Amino acid sequence: MSAGAATNGGRANAAASLECSATAAVEAAVAAGAQDAEAWAERSTGTQIRVYGGAVESLSEAGGHGLGLRVFRGGAFGYAYTTDLGREGIEALVGAAQAASLVADPDEFGGLPARCGTADAGDLHSPALAAWSTERKVELALEIERAARAGEGISQVEDTVYSDSESATAIANSRGFSASYEATSAWAYASAFAGEGEDLMTGLGMGLAREPGELDAEAIGTEAAERARALSGARQPKSRRCAVVLDTFVAASFVGFIGGMLSADAVQRGRSLFAEHEGEEVASAAFQLADDGTAAGGPSSSPFDGEGSPSERTQLIEGGRLQGFLHDVRTARKADREPTGNAARGSYRGPPGVSTTNLILEPGEGDVEALARTTGEGLYVADVAGLHSGVNPVSGTFSVGASGRLIEGGELAAPVREITIASDLVSMLKAVETVGAPARWVPFGGSVKAAPLLVAEMSVSGA
Amino acid sequence: MTLVAPELAGAVIERALRRGGDLGELYVEDRGGFSVTLDDGRVERPQSGSERGASVRVVHGEASYFGHVDGLAEPDLLALADSVSQALRAQAVAPASLGEPATARTHAVREPPAAVDVERKAALLHAADERARSEGDEVAQVTASYGESVQRIEVFNSDGRAAADERTRVRLGVQVVARRDGRVETGHETRGAHGGFEIVADAPNDVAGSAARKAIALLDAVDAPTGRLPVVVGNGFGGVLLHEAVGHGLEADAVQKRASIYAGRLGDQLAEPFVTAYDDGRRPNDWGSDGIDDEGTPTRMTKVIDGGRLSSFLYDLVRARKDGVESTGNGRRESFRYLPVPRMTNTYFAPGEASVEDLIGSVENGLYAVSFGGGQVEPATGDFVFGASEAYLIEGGKVTAPVRGATLIGNGIEALAAIDGIADDLEIATGYCGKAGQRVAAGVGQPHVRIGELTVGGTGA
Repeated sequence: MSAGAATNGGRANAAASLECSATAAVEAAVAAGAQDAEAWAERSTGTQIRVYGGAVESLSEAGGHGLGLRVFRGGAFGYAYTTDLGREGIEALVGAAQAASLVADPDEFGGLPARCGTADAGDLHSPALAAWSTERKVELALEIERAARAGEGISQVEDTVYSDSESATAIANSRGFSASYEATSAWAYASAFAGEGEDLMTGLGMGLAREPGELDAEAIGTEAAERARALSGARQPKSRRCAVVLDTFVAASFVGFIGGMLSADAVQRGRSLFAEHEGEEVASAAFQLADDGTAAGGPSSSPFDGEGSPSERTQLIEGGRLQGFLHDVRTARKADREPTGNAARGSYRGPPGVSTTNLILEPGEGDVEALARTTGEGLYVADVAGLHSGVNPVSGTFSVGASGRLIEGGELAAPVREITIASDLVSMLKAVETVGAPARWVPFGGSVKAAPLLVAEMSVSGA
Repeated sequence: MTLVAPELAGAVIERALRRGGDLGELYVEDRGGFSVTLDDGRVERPQSGSERGASVRVVHGEASYFGHVDGLAEPDLLALADSVSQALRAQAVAPASLGEPATARTHAVREPPAAVDVERKAALLHAADERARSEGDEVAQVTASYGESVQRIEVFNSDGRAAADERTRVRLGVQVVARRDGRVETGHETRGAHGGFEIVADAPNDVAGSAARKAIALLDAVDAPTGRLPVVVGNGFGGVLLHEAVGHGLEADAVQKRASIYAGRLGDQLAEPFVTAYDDGRRPNDWGSDGIDDEGTPTRMTKVIDGGRLSSFLYDLVRARKDGVESTGNGRRESFRYLPVPRMTNTYFAPGEASVEDLIGSVENGLYAVSFGGGQVEPATGDFVFGASEAYLIEGGKVTAPVRGATLIGNGIEALAAIDGIADDLEIATGYCGKAGQRVAAGVGQPHVRIGELTVGGTGA
């Protein structure tokens, strides 16, 4: 079986040959005595361009490939990976995975999926990428830098990066399933500085797409400049409790963190504040969250997950209630549920584990300015730092560093920095008054389609 | 045995420079690793890996041209050099001739981890599990993880450099979840080093015991205070504050782009005269130590703050050339897939003369931040934020109640100037540092340090 709409003979061959490598590795493992085996293979090429001061700072062109193998003893497995796809490399790989499997304790819930398959995840591959020369990509990066530099009050554009990749991914297992797909991606960002000395603040602009033609250089550069300018001259404000408008980037970071807590693995291992709250009220009705591995344009969309389960959409929070958790084969069996296609592979270097695919926060109406008008008085948070060290995943209490602007009389007012915002995640979710718009893909906290959020009250500490 | 013959390395570099370049470099790497986890009393996810690959870099003026390939086959390396050279338009340059690379091997490895039975590694995790559970009935969950990596690198460049290094790292980490009356807290501890299995062979007792005690202590924690307070920062992992708030700003790439608050401040008195700090990649067996950096420069000890004065930045070859100085041996990369950038090795404050009791005893009302869950800094502004994973109130010169949810925020230059005491108990801990999408082992450390005033953002009123 082969997934993905392969339209170009050469491309289809790349995925098919990778699928053959995966199948061969599985066959070698079975021949060596494995009860069950599964191979995951990747091959990719990519370009990364960094420009600074109107010139190329670095240009990287790279290719790579590798294969990871799970060898099962009952439900338990041993894992090994290699970058050597030749016969000797695969032989050594099988031996290493078998040796590793010897120390794994029995696992009554693990094993291969009972039902493998592929879903329609849309067109993940754009043939347009191949038509872009390196020179044109460099020009795109320079255009982003120029757009950022042209912004009002911009003292420097510190970093501008363009990056793309074209990849093939394949899976095969000893139950006769194999599949593969190809994908392209292109993304770019710029980091701009506004102001000098103690007034200096930074701003990030970014875009992500399937091919560089979908990246809007002007918009990325302008966003970096605008975000930096809006915060330039920020000072530490007095502590207060107030309404808070979270920028789309910040909302994405929080949503990503919450998504991690909705992994059934975190729940079953006692590491999630959402454990034992399924079906209960955990958020306001405005906050609706889904995970969707088939989302159109989703950076993490794919036809199948890291174990060969088909990708799908899973509603997580709706009507304020927790609808369910994200499962791989193991957590699903343990909880007597169906897998949700959330066995993720960071790369062939590691075995699958439960993770979000694309998190989708259902947008409402009103951009940041409109939410500020609704609020009247409060704080707009443009950026947070230290989310992962500042949140207790079990209790949900958090205190994170932030910068942004005060909201006074419904308008964005004085920029502020060196503040912390504190609450606990469930209190915050229940206090979400409005999810704004527009929704956009943000690569923070995984892959999140996010929008700005208005939270009724949070504790803000400054001087 | 070398990974590539010097003759082949020479041919690759010659090809890479055939359309010009000031520096041509071939970096080759062979890496193997093994890791295994114990969770809920079960050993799971044992995994091993091996990878081999090379990268070619040509530096021309301010620009770097780079490519990498999996495997070390001769035709692939030559094709890679051709591909990288395509971006240049200058005259061919003849590289210096290359000899056999000498292997640094500067850190003793008594028991190579690859030679240790996997059963012993699993036994280590079971020992940690038992030890943690013996600390009290409140221990609800124990996760222990063991990891090892062995890396051989060889670096050749057009200046005639031929150098090699062998690096073995092992690490044991334990995370404990404690529960009582619906309250849940976590404690975490690690031990790791540039060394062999001997580093962790007897570690379960200390590491697991400490993680469990932290988790249990936090069950009695009160909400963290909020406001500007004197803060005593613990030794060992407390040094992450120096790493984030100062160290990243001393990396020459940020400095040269004026993306660091420390740019233009060399020689300035930024701290009290009793404050001295180092980056030292040579410290025997420390976590962030190597024999050479990833450009083949021998690691060294660099005094970055000397008697309170800013005395050096941290350089790789490219940034050193731009400033007309020598590389400080800080050109590091995660693997052959990345360009080297200036990175810290082991960064720490030198011990002072005070005792821990001196530092705490004179604080009327403050915070004792023993360890952090992590931190983040914006080098351009110096603004930092750290989440304290273990902290206590200081009241009337005594350490009292544990607190949870304390976040320290501030600015590197201001915090450095506010240091008003350094103890004599230097310790280096194991960290991983992320920069430019690359993750490398970094030693963080310090003796106990007191900061006169810092903003504490708590969850309390």
